[in-house]
Amino acid sequence: MTEHSNLRRAFLEVSDLSVQFPTEDGIVRAVDGVSFSIERGQTLAIVGESGSGKSVTAQAVMGLINKRNADVSGQANFDGEDLVAMSDEDLRKLRGNKMSMIFQDPMSSLHPFYRIGDQLTEAINAHQKVSKTEARDRAIEMLHKVGIPLPAKRFDDYPHQFSGGMRQRVMIAMALINSPSLLIADEPTTALDVTVQAQIIELISQLQREFDTAVILITHDLGIVADVADEVAVMYGARVVEHGSVDDIFYHPQMPYTLGLLASVPRLTQVRNDRLDPIPGNPPSPLRLPTGCVFHPRCVYQDEVVGDLCRTQRPDLESVGPGHEVRCHLPAAKRQAAAEVALAALGRSST
Amino acid sequence: MVILLLLLTLVVFILFSLLPADPARLTCGKGCTPAVLEANRHKLGLDLPVIQQYWEFMKGLFVGRIYAADSPDPVVCNAPCLGYSFKRGEEVLVLIKDRLPATIWLALGAFILWLAAGISVGVYAALRRGRWQDKTVMGISLAGYSLPSFFLGLMAIFFIVIRLQLLPYPSYVSPFENPIQFFQTMLLPWIVLAILYAAFYMRLTRNQMLEVLGEDYIRTARAKGLPERIVIRKHALRAGLTPIVTAAGLDLAGLLGGAIITESIFSLPGLGSLAVNSVNDADLPVIVGITLVTATFIIVANLIVDLLYAVIDPRVRLVS
Ligand SMILES: Nc1ncnc2c1ncn2[C@@H]1O[C@H](COP(=O)(O)OP(=O)(O)OP(=O)(O)O)[C@@H](O)[C@H]1O
Ligand code: SF4
Ligand SMILES: [Mg+2]
Repeated sequence: MTEHSNLRRAFLEVSDLSVQFPTEDGIVRAVDGVSFSIERGQTLAIVGESGSGKSVTAQAVMGLINKRNADVSGQANFDGEDLVAMSDEDLRKLRGNKMSMIFQDPMSSLHPFYRIGDQLTEAINAHQKVSKTEARDRAIEMLHKVGIPLPAKRFDDYPHQFSGGMRQRVMIAMALINSPSLLIADEPTTALDVTVQAQIIELISQLQREFDTAVILITHDLGIVADVADEVAVMYGARVVEHGSVDDIFYHPQMPYTLGLLASVPRLTQVRNDRLDPIPGNPPSPLRLPTGCVFHPRCVYQDEVVGDLCRTQRPDLESVGPGHEVRCHLPAAKRQAAAEVALAALGRSST
Repeated sequence: MVILLLLLTLVVFILFSLLPADPARLTCGKGCTPAVLEANRHKLGLDLPVIQQYWEFMKGLFVGRIYAADSPDPVVCNAPCLGYSFKRGEEVLVLIKDRLPATIWLALGAFILWLAAGISVGVYAALRRGRWQDKTVMGISLAGYSLPSFFLGLMAIFFIVIRLQLLPYPSYVSPFENPIQFFQTMLLPWIVLAILYAAFYMRLTRNQMLEVLGEDYIRTARAKGLPERIVIRKHALRAGLTPIVTAAGLDLAGLLGGAIITESIFSLPGLGSLAVNSVNDADLPVIVGITLVTATFIIVANLIVDLLYAVIDPRVRLVS
């Protein structure tokens, strides 16, 4: 690697991103110093419990957080420009164009009063001047690409005439119609039938290859992560607590929360195992994030850390291998041991 | 719908027959003798049982009607006969037709003003939710809500017409006869009515917008990179329009039945002032006629609102 390429920024490089919502009850720290990066054609999965700040992170990158109601700080360098510092109008020009997003609930994400064809061409017209027939042709072609049968006919239908899975395909068509180089999918399959889920994920992967898109995939489903992600960021309490390749996270996890997350997911257990261990306790309130390590109120390993570090001092994201980072005070040897015990319980061994 | 109207007229008939005032007594001035009274009662058809009065009335609507056919001076009322006011010596339909233009102009002008003001201010308040602009708008709206229209109307006349003499004293003419005088007369009543109604529409629009702005499809519209003004107008406002259309339709229909207080204050010759005078005179035929016309407006407005639903919301189209 040349010095130049070492210094080169990633396609999207988020560093120290924080989002705070001042509310009547106090300041909600939804995202607290989150960093990650992603290249074109790659897939980064963000996983974590409900309320850990995944959606807010994604919306901050997209510029969808209303700056009147929130403080957004940090940087998000996207192809050479900082999305956090950018004006609303410049962000608008990127949204739906160079970067786009699909959401969890396809039933409510399309406007109920407009034909889906019009909603698609609207996305084209927001960013470029094309004739009406050309916009229509492109929309129909895109509907065809996402697997909608009889696209020319369905163009004139309303959202309520589509099933949930078909609506999510329409959403994907809308997100990709301007060939974005970054796609953020926020739990795109959570609201869908299991059989449809796999199709939608496959569709996203296929279009990602075609357009060489960087994909950030937010999901609760570790099975999907294992299938499609290149890298994984584990979020807990508004922070990234572990970050690494899929292999790192699934076979060499280091952070006690990641261990708990793996143990709480049934479909990962390769040897069928009746023991399902949800992590005891509740996720922290973003109104009062715990001091020190955000996970300490639920962590069974904190006693193995000398002194009061877990409760008093915020651990840094520490590199434990190439591209593998962990936020935990536990000494390396003890982390390793904890991981072995946890993986053994899952019927696997860390090799 | 027709059945509804039939029932309504019947109810009006029965209610009035229960009133202690005797309409015949009121038609026969000071030197009234029992004989004259009885004759008048017969002329008015008031000597018949209520149900038969009602029947005569309905028949008159379709085939016309002759009052006091057996007397030397019968009164002919051609179909559609809404009744005949002996008090005013005029067919009810003619009376209503004379009064309708002033009422329609008043209602339409105020309607346009209050919709424009109510919706735009409501949207503005929603976009500034919780800030001082929103709070000010909501405060003003609350005040507009609770102001009685006679107070607002009298204040307007007192300050603008009498003290500042910015406008001449209201005197209604048809806009086709003298447009300038027409506008000078209508301006204040339009504004007064519009303020009263706009207060409600501000609140309604604001609350609708706040609800809709939290919807997923609004987030989608922003994620597409649409300019904010299109997100607001085309996506949010359209989605929140249904209850506004409902309220607007019914309010307009209600006003077409006459704005009693505003018409009286600004001496507008509309249905509202006709209704007040007729109640004072116990002029039953006129009251029944106005009730019927007002009810028809409201029923037609309901139908139009239903049709508009289908225009606004494609999901309604499929169902019906
Ligand atoms: N506009 C807002 N005002 C105040 N708090 C907010 C706002 N948006 C999000 N939050 C809070 O920020 C925290 C993180 O929310 P976020 O939606 O990012 O969670 P998530 O990780 O996506 O969870 P889920 O898996 O349930 O989607 C939550 O506690 C949420 O209540
Ligand atoms: S820092 Fe301490 S509390 Fe946090 S995960 Fe590591 S051991 Fe547990
Ligand atoms: Mg979320």
